[in-house]
Amino acid sequence: MRETTLFVKIAQPYATEVQKLEKKSLVSYIYIGQPLNKKLGTESRIQLNDRFATVNDIPDFIISERDARDEVDRKMITTSLKVDKETKMGVVTDVKQELRHAGAFKINYSTRKQVTTKR
Amino acid sequence: MARKIPELNASSMADIAFLLLIFFLVTTTMDVDTGISRRLPPPLDPTQEPPKVKERNIFNVLISRSDRLMVEGKGGDIRILKDQAKEFLANRANSENLPEKRLETIPLLGEFYVSKGIISVKNDRGTSYDMYIQVQNALTQAINELRDELSMEKFGIHFQKLKDEEYIKAIQKAIPVSISEAEPEDIGGN
Repeated sequence: MRETTLFVKIAQPYATEVQKLEKKSLVSYIYIGQPLNKKLGTESRIQLNDRFATVNDIPDFIISERDARDEVDRKMITTSLKVDKETKMGVVTDVKQELRHAGAFKINYSTRKQVTTKR
Repeated sequence: MARKIPELNASSMADIAFLLLIFFLVTTTMDVDTGISRRLPPPLDPTQEPPKVKERNIFNVLISRSDRLMVEGKGGDIRILKDQAKEFLANRANSENLPEKRLETIPLLGEFYVSKGIISVKNDRGTSYDMYIQVQNALTQAINELRDELSMEKFGIHFQKLKDEEYIKAIQKAIPVSISEAEPEDIGGN
């Protein structure tokens, strides 16, 4: 039940303070991780929709995501960052900077819920 | 002579169908998206000076490229980061070197001292995403616990259980998510 085929390895980190993402139709995804295809090396790559991309492709991606939604919903779009836990923050920071410039301020670091025993 | 059609015993068909149904119900997982939500600040205006913030109002958290923590200039530990952050934001004893508070009138809560404290997170380009999330998680937990305590004190109900939008807004206003991320720069090579 996933819309896109992943080309990168995404092992999400665990966290306790997670929130559910509401309204999936208003979420656009950015995947960052090591390519699954070993021939492409181990450097973390960005995947937008169903192809590899660079940081410079993000503004166009945000604009096309915005155009795909109704005008009333455009402010509510959340960008979900699905990032592999072994990724270095450098790439993530670059992506966040691009999102800031593109005006996509609502982000969500995708993490899995850690099950903790209550004290 | 009409040939007899061999009969098929279909009495267990319903059972098999049910078994299959139950099997797929159990094994299919619906991907529920969860995560930590944040709001990015708008891009910096280069002509505008960044606002001056007093030293006592800042809680510095630095994550090095080797995932080590530096909290307020000293070596830190992820396990106590949450409590440190809580102590900083709450400043219950109105200590001199912990953040100031500003008296605000909040609907439903009345006059409330809102902390001026800001948590400043800075990370290196080499920091691992896992460590970054752990730190963000600890800080979020600190804020959530403070909100929960306030909610229990004022409304007698857990913050997570609050339904009324007005009540949630009031608590959120009293304890804002004051996490600021430093403008990226290289601290200690690549």
